[in-house]
Amino acid sequence: MQIYLPIAEVSVNVFLLFGLGGIVGVLSGMFGVGGGFLITPLLFFMGIPPAVAVATGANQIVASSISGVLAHFKRKTVDLRMGLVLLAGGLVGAALGVWIFNLLKELGQVDLLVRLCYVVFLGIIGGLMFIESVNAIFKSRKGAAPKRRHHGWVHGLPFKMRFRTSGLYISAIPPVLVGLSVGVLAAIMGVGGGFIMVPAMIYLLGMPTKVVVGTSLFQIIFVSAFTTLLHATTNYTVDIMLALVLILGGVIGAQIGTAFGTRLKAEQLRIALASLVLLVCGKLALDLFITPSELYELVSR
Amino acid sequence: MRVLAAVLLLLAALPARAEEVVMGLSQSNVSITTDFDGSDILIFGAVKREVAIQEEPPLQVIVTVEGPLEPVTVWRKARKLGIWVNAEAVDVDSAPGFYAVATSALWAESISAVEDLRHKVSIPRAIRSVGAPMEIMDSEAFTEALIRVRERQGLYRVEEESVELRESTLFDTSISMPANISEGRYLSRVFLTRAGKVVSVHESEIQVGKVGLERWLFTLSRQMPLVYGLLSLAIAALAGWGASALFRAIRSG
Repeated sequence: MQIYLPIAEVSVNVFLLFGLGGIVGVLSGMFGVGGGFLITPLLFFMGIPPAVAVATGANQIVASSISGVLAHFKRKTVDLRMGLVLLAGGLVGAALGVWIFNLLKELGQVDLLVRLCYVVFLGIIGGLMFIESVNAIFKSRKGAAPKRRHHGWVHGLPFKMRFRTSGLYISAIPPVLVGLSVGVLAAIMGVGGGFIMVPAMIYLLGMPTKVVVGTSLFQIIFVSAFTTLLHATTNYTVDIMLALVLILGGVIGAQIGTAFGTRLKAEQLRIALASLVLLVCGKLALDLFITPSELYELVSR
Repeated sequence: MRVLAAVLLLLAALPARAEEVVMGLSQSNVSITTDFDGSDILIFGAVKREVAIQEEPPLQVIVTVEGPLEPVTVWRKARKLGIWVNAEAVDVDSAPGFYAVATSALWAESISAVEDLRHKVSIPRAIRSVGAPMEIMDSEAFTEALIRVRERQGLYRVEEESVELRESTLFDTSISMPANISEGRYLSRVFLTRAGKVVSVHESEIQVGKVGLERWLFTLSRQMPLVYGLLSLAIAALAGWGASALFRAIRSG
């Protein structure tokens, strides 16, 4: 059954789209990630215009993050104060990101920028995750405990704030900067940025692991909602119909994924996710490097 | 008497009027609905004449359907630092979003180059490109690419010998429109030709537009983008919250 998307102006198979949302939902439920970094490139492969894929991806993330954060609020694993500080940076970053996006759209390079960002970030994150989880498996066999790292310089900055839930007393500058850079990426790549935010919170800000996911989800809701609004009002590229099918598939998949995730080992899960991320990255990189079958591209004005 | 003679003389001096084409369309509206998956339009007609059928040179029919004209930028990629990037651009002033030509004979037998130029029948004639930047020497390559890309998308098509012409009088053909066509006023033209010269032309309009939910969403997104954005967020929030509430209810029985 085909469905005509009013904004993307293409006709796609509704079951394929629903399945895509569902599979990404299962993965996001299993691994605790938003799944935006998979949905947007997969939409490119399906022939959805990149600008629509990015903007609609942001909308889909709002749904999956709300679905996720509710569980964290129940468990009281959301640091609201840290979330708000990150959000302040995130909103500025999102506005900056949409501005860069529109500038490059006028120059005809937005497609390249989005793909490049994906290749670079999926490559880095996938690679790091793969190495780290392989190491963790070896360590768990040897029985050694993982060491925790400390970053002294973060504690030397001014504007100190107390974050009770995280048990931290640090400067507000690093969280604002983390929020800002993730906001820029979120707007350009159509992702929530959880896959960058989570390691940054643990390693850069030194937050305890149990509050990281909930806090990151909390601020992602607002940053991606803001991004959706900016894309909707400046580019007119949010496709409600596309978002709705993806969301329906995604929320159902996420619940199934959560049930699956509890039965698998954490390291194996992470290796699987890392391989998947590297696979998507590889496909995108290949498209950039090999000679395209069609050297010309049409852009309507 | 003099007036009557003048009229007769005038009629005799207008052999082009001897044959006239009349046409009909299976539908003058194409509605883009939620399940829109392309559309076939049947174009038919007849040749009206008051004289006996002239056998030689044979009568030919050309049918065209043209979508709304719009400016397009054609980018050419080049390898820079190992990766393929959009390097050069040519602005095409106006190109139809959709263009289909169907003929009753081979193209060369249907219309002469001069008549093609005058009536803008073939695809390259339907595209208007005034100037390319100074540094681009091969601007034709960009126009050719535009045609090639759109032919692959099914938006431009040339179908020779696909018009059925019976007894040099009745004709019909079917033009298929893919699902990725744009909205607007489409123009359908029928040309009667003899020995490559256009004898008669008839034009008709086809309206292509989104209807129902598709129309409503598209209009809302353009005219009230903030409301549209908030609506999409509300749907997302409701779906996110609804799903977790629903599954919690299922789990707790």
